[in-house]
Amino acid sequence: MLRLTPEEEAMASGARGKAAEKAMDLLIRYAKALGAERFVETNNVAGVPGSAHQWLKDQYKDDGGDYRTVFCKFDLDADEVFDIPVMTGNACHLQGGMDPELWREQGYSPEAFENAQGDEKATAALNIRNLKTCTPYLAGNEPAFGEHCAWMESSAVVYCNSVLGGRTNTEGRESTSAAMITHRIPDWGFHRDEFRLGDHLVEVDVPVNNIFEWGMLGYYIGEIVQEEIPVIDGAISNAGLIELKHFGAAAASSGGVEMYHLVGVTPEAPNSEKAFGGKSIKSRIRYGAEERRKTYENLNIRGQSTDVDYVMLGCPHAAIEQIEEAARLLDGKQLNDGTALWIFTSRYVRTEAQARGYVDIIKKAGGLVMTDTCSAIAQSVPKGTNVVALDSAKQTHYLPAFMGIEAWFGTTQDCINAALTGKWRGELT
Amino acid sequence: MTASQLSEPIVIRGRGIVPGVAEAEALVTRETISGWGGVNPIKGEIIETRHELVGQSFAGKVLLFRGAKGSSGWSAIFHFSRLAGVAPAAMLFVDMTAKAALGAVVTHAPTVTDFDVDPFSVIATGDRVRVDGDKGIVEVWKK
Repeated sequence: MLRLTPEEEAMASGARGKAAEKAMDLLIRYAKALGAERFVETNNVAGVPGSAHQWLKDQYKDDGGDYRTVFCKFDLDADEVFDIPVMTGNACHLQGGMDPELWREQGYSPEAFENAQGDEKATAALNIRNLKTCTPYLAGNEPAFGEHCAWMESSAVVYCNSVLGGRTNTEGRESTSAAMITHRIPDWGFHRDEFRLGDHLVEVDVPVNNIFEWGMLGYYIGEIVQEEIPVIDGAISNAGLIELKHFGAAAASSGGVEMYHLVGVTPEAPNSEKAFGGKSIKSRIRYGAEERRKTYENLNIRGQSTDVDYVMLGCPHAAIEQIEEAARLLDGKQLNDGTALWIFTSRYVRTEAQARGYVDIIKKAGGLVMTDTCSAIAQSVPKGTNVVALDSAKQTHYLPAFMGIEAWFGTTQDCINAALTGKWRGELT
Repeated sequence: MTASQLSEPIVIRGRGIVPGVAEAEALVTRETISGWGGVNPIKGEIIETRHELVGQSFAGKVLLFRGAKGSSGWSAIFHFSRLAGVAPAAMLFVDMTAKAALGAVVTHAPTVTDFDVDPFSVIATGDRVRVDGDKGIVEVWKK
């Protein structure tokens, strides 16, 4: 039975305005569907409020078809249109549709750019931070341990829960937009201690020490545990920010992993006993040479031609160290004629990469550093792309399915080599 | 003539989480479904490369699936499918997640979960199914 506080009752009754009333109505329907008994307060909400392609706006053209209409009728699932109040908490906008400068290269029309710019201004006017990234934790929004959040973006959610010890479910567009207005989200799932304990023990028998290996391990685990919580122990090392970013993103795309524990590494798993918290272990999963080989084959299932037209890096959005690595590998060299290289990151990290000279080095070699989006989100690849090379298991999972193209998965070095030679020569060693 | 006039249905019970009543043919997968990146919301079609339903449409069907996986765009994709007129007629799922709950709510399709028996042991693709999201009752006519 869902119980409301007096303030929540006030919002639901309309005493705090129409937007709060409709946002609470949606959150109450959602909380009841979950079986939640109460809400938690949250002051850290990350979503994609109000942003819409023209197609979505056109669905609501009889009601005005603008930013406000989309926010009311789509985001809040409301049956009328009203003003959205200026947000009072830490609300941010995650990745969007296009690079604010390189949108032509991404294949967008001036009309689509105008539309996106209008949405961005409307978002900013509501005091929502336009972080425009899938890695808010690399762009100034790093939740404190135990902080209740309401985040979208599965790779950010799994990072928030697992690495930072923040608390969020994989929220959706509608629930985050409603939470920005109400500062409420259902007290269910990862907001609760008992939900955060491990389900499966994964014993790693092969060395996992870079983003390529961490990506494969995540992809393998996600497919087996689906949305349950793996506890990983064994031959894992170099579990730094970048590796965990790739690991979590992979596990959240082949499955629905929203939290994991790395024994001795992540904050809620000082040891295996704490990670399981007395719960019985549902299954023991081994990751050895055979599982690693099979995962590599699955990720390369859509690779046929070794002639690579396009190399995409930065899924999830590249950290400064990854752009530095790309710049180092490309310094003084030239991309193959007919092979494009796009590296995606946040505006925040790009500014730093620009200041350090990496953006210019990559540009001189023939590559582009882009922000706000990625090829899967934008559904945009360089014209004529038939074969893409990727160092992200997550992007490999999504991009070929979206675009109907072939894809290779390998190391960052394999990908840069393909950009320089036009040939895929990656293999599992 | 609807199926309900032909014979006695098998009845299973659960918890209705989105109200309304719908009757249609079932589309069943024991796999989880990825929304964003796994579904084309304009066609209502599964597009995930290695999914057992790849290439099939859930438009107007009673969609029985294990649960939601993948991107947080799950709810928005099913929400889009409603606007495009290709949403499932009703949804039945067994694994509760934030994605699946929110997705069902904004799709406005009658939805039932938390069943008294394993629905996969009763419902197969092509069966006629009537979902009552108000009462949490699912009636099944085997094909």
